[in-house]
Amino acid sequence: MRAKPMNASRREFLKASAMAGGGLIVGFTLPGATRLAQGAAKEARMSAYLRIAPNNEITVVCGLSEMGQGVHTAIPMLVAEELDADWSRVRVEQAGVDQAFANPIFGMQATGGSTSVRGHWEPMRKAGATARAMLIAAAAEIWKADPAECRTERGMVIHASGKKLSYGQLADKAAKLAPPKDVKLKDPTQFNLLGKSGTQRLDTVAKSTGKAKFGLDVYLPGMLTAVIAYPPVPGGKAASVNDAKAKAVPGVRRVVQIPSGVAVLADGYWAAKLGRDALEIQWDHGANASLSSEGISKMLSAGAAAGGAVGRNEGDAKAETPAKKIEAEYEAPYLSHSCMEPLNCTAWVRKDGVEIWAGTQSQGPAQGILAQVAGVAPGKVKVNTMYLGGGFGRRFAPDPVIGATVLSKITGKPVKLVYSREDDTRGYFYRPASVTRMTGGVDADGRATLFTASVACPSIMEGSHFMKLPPDGVDEFGVEGIRDCPYDIPNLRVEYSRQEPGGIQVWFWRSVGHSQNSFFLESFIDELAYAAGKDPFEFRRSLLGKQPRCKGALELAAEKAGWSKPLPAGVHRGIAVVFSFGSWCAQVAEVSVAADGAPKVHRVVAAVDCGMTVNPDIVRRQIESAIVYGLTAALYGKITFKDGRVEQSNFHDYRMLRMNEMPKVEVHIVPSTEAPGGIGEPGTPPIAPAVANAMFAATGKRIRKLPLLG
Amino acid sequence: MVSLVVNGKIREIDAAPDTPLLWVLRDSLRLTGTKFGCGIAQCGACTVHLDGEPVRSCATPVSAAAGKKVTTIEGIGATRAGKAVQAAWIRHDVPQCGYCQSGQIMSASALLAKKRAPSDADIDAAMSGNVCRCGTYNQIRAAIKDAAASAKGA
Ligand code: FES
Ligand code: FES
Repeated sequence: MRAKPMNASRREFLKASAMAGGGLIVGFTLPGATRLAQGAAKEARMSAYLRIAPNNEITVVCGLSEMGQGVHTAIPMLVAEELDADWSRVRVEQAGVDQAFANPIFGMQATGGSTSVRGHWEPMRKAGATARAMLIAAAAEIWKADPAECRTERGMVIHASGKKLSYGQLADKAAKLAPPKDVKLKDPTQFNLLGKSGTQRLDTVAKSTGKAKFGLDVYLPGMLTAVIAYPPVPGGKAASVNDAKAKAVPGVRRVVQIPSGVAVLADGYWAAKLGRDALEIQWDHGANASLSSEGISKMLSAGAAAGGAVGRNEGDAKAETPAKKIEAEYEAPYLSHSCMEPLNCTAWVRKDGVEIWAGTQSQGPAQGILAQVAGVAPGKVKVNTMYLGGGFGRRFAPDPVIGATVLSKITGKPVKLVYSREDDTRGYFYRPASVTRMTGGVDADGRATLFTASVACPSIMEGSHFMKLPPDGVDEFGVEGIRDCPYDIPNLRVEYSRQEPGGIQVWFWRSVGHSQNSFFLESFIDELAYAAGKDPFEFRRSLLGKQPRCKGALELAAEKAGWSKPLPAGVHRGIAVVFSFGSWCAQVAEVSVAADGAPKVHRVVAAVDCGMTVNPDIVRRQIESAIVYGLTAALYGKITFKDGRVEQSNFHDYRMLRMNEMPKVEVHIVPSTEAPGGIGEPGTPPIAPAVANAMFAATGKRIRKLPLLG
Repeated sequence: MVSLVVNGKIREIDAAPDTPLLWVLRDSLRLTGTKFGCGIAQCGACTVHLDGEPVRSCATPVSAAAGKKVTTIEGIGATRAGKAVQAAWIRHDVPQCGYCQSGQIMSASALLAKKRAPSDADIDAAMSGNVCRCGTYNQIRAAIKDAAASAKGA
């Protein structure tokens, strides 16, 4: 998702106050808060970022959603570092919706685009440093000492004489002081927590004992569970509904028609599902009933051949006549996110407002959308963010929260809307399919002189309904990863042709455009290396003279993988490197290919340069997680259409990578003092091309269409 | 009415006999640690034990559980293997989103109750029915081996 820095002055009102019952709160008040809350509270409101209780417990309030990426640990670590907190006393609490928690990169409260650490690296540390300065000032007052004689360590202020007071003991007094205007942040060399291994996640125990509460785990008194019969063809509508048999199912309470389909509401999921199965619906399939994957491929291919809006143009690609020229067309399919927890939301529309419980990545925008749906002021919409059983971009979309709110408004009851796995798989919001035609050329010495790419795919910007295609007509997600091709090639041209196969809603999918474009570019660069008669690693390296961090990541991956060393018989290597979300990630995949063409990935060696790290253990796990996500898609992932219908439905036909297929994974972090980059997504893009390139090394056969297993 | 023994307690439930055990546990008993992932025995998120055997509760009619001991993630810590597995999960910081982990822990506990020192092939066989969309498989494997080693020492 797009990084748009918000106006920093809106967040500068750092405040402190006393906690009811004792203790210190550090937070922000916003000049625009009353306007944003539309009169919800006329007085200057404060949103806590941090609370220090008299019993020494430190609570960090986090506005970001925890979906596995570890943000509920990373954000508290940022605060704890500058505060010199005792980590064993730090806990995290999920914030409600408040402009104070707007993601500094998006300007709205949302989690995605691998932005969390990048956006909060400074503000959260400032909150910690401010609290620390106030605690020191409080201790100095008590001791009648110079604050400069005091230091802090593990939740204590310690005087040069050896006197000590704990943060909890000082919290009340500190709450009466004015926060300092400016605080100095630590130099990274002074970090005790940040960048160091060994800090465990704060959500591990809850998630190892079944106690963690996800959206599906919400139960309210009098709640109905809803499932919806959705039109089987995008854009279709129910022409007639016979619900007599559905209503006869024990436990079914209501059947209602809403814009998205026909909803059955019941006392629990099973009754609702049986009720839905018993519905007799005549569908009007609308304009898309002949939609097919073959037709989509043809449409995209024609678009790529015709070319379109120019996204980048250097040198003179049209005039260039290389000694050797290659040309190829690549294709990637639609993909479903398939979060482990099927989509859901619980909503309760009451006279005094709307309350929802959801694992959502976009609580800020949801507040505004639901205010419109329910016809109330945004300040009357309360969003309770639950743990997300996976997000991957899918939980940025508002469809479940809208559906649940509409149904609660109609019935007057709390409603939990549940997507079955089939609904989830067939629920659109897919990673767009794309066809890209590329040409490349090398001179007589094997140096690359030409690269062109013509991309044809649907526009996520237009599909998102919160962005617009820019005036140049190039969808940034359609071309990202290709337009910013890091290789130093003098004649380079990238074009984009927007193609919209009927009615298929496209969306952000872990690493977005990079997910397919890196497969295209990094496979094609491999082709070019072979055309030049060069080693694929050395060929890339020779084109990265102006990209030291990219080259560094590439070299580290190659070195750790032992690029030039022999492998067991039948095992071959492929390499790829990608810049995305502020980080470089290079991967070497070791692959063997069975007689039937099926690849087995034995080991993946990754190197990541993501600048300074918060929690290197989480960084390694996120890269590994992203590799599994990308590898699953590379091997098996495809959503296909026939007669307007999605052909896949559940994990038997939309396959997941499993334990027995899991490669060994090694992740190496490039030491860095650069600003932090993103980490949730950058591990996904390189794996498909790394594996495809290894398969080429094994078989001499180039696979240009995903998934690799066909 | 169906009568079940869940985590050592007798529970009477008003449910049709063909209702999947999963929905009885979640919607009737509010034991929400057992998760819904696919509904067709493809993902393992709903794994519970029936008399110590791992089963997919989404594909097990509640009638099939009558008269048997049902153990869920909420009760597995009371077993020797379950306790060792949960402790290892925490030591290895296994969960990411966490949604699959109840099912993973239930499958791993059943494996460890049978095999004191499972091999990689045993782990593949016992755990490949459990999908983890966050890709924690290598951490799961390491935690199972660690749990086996610690249970042996205990
Ligand atoms: S929900 Fe039972 S196996 Fe997936
Ligand atoms: S931890 Fe997220 S699905 Fe396994």
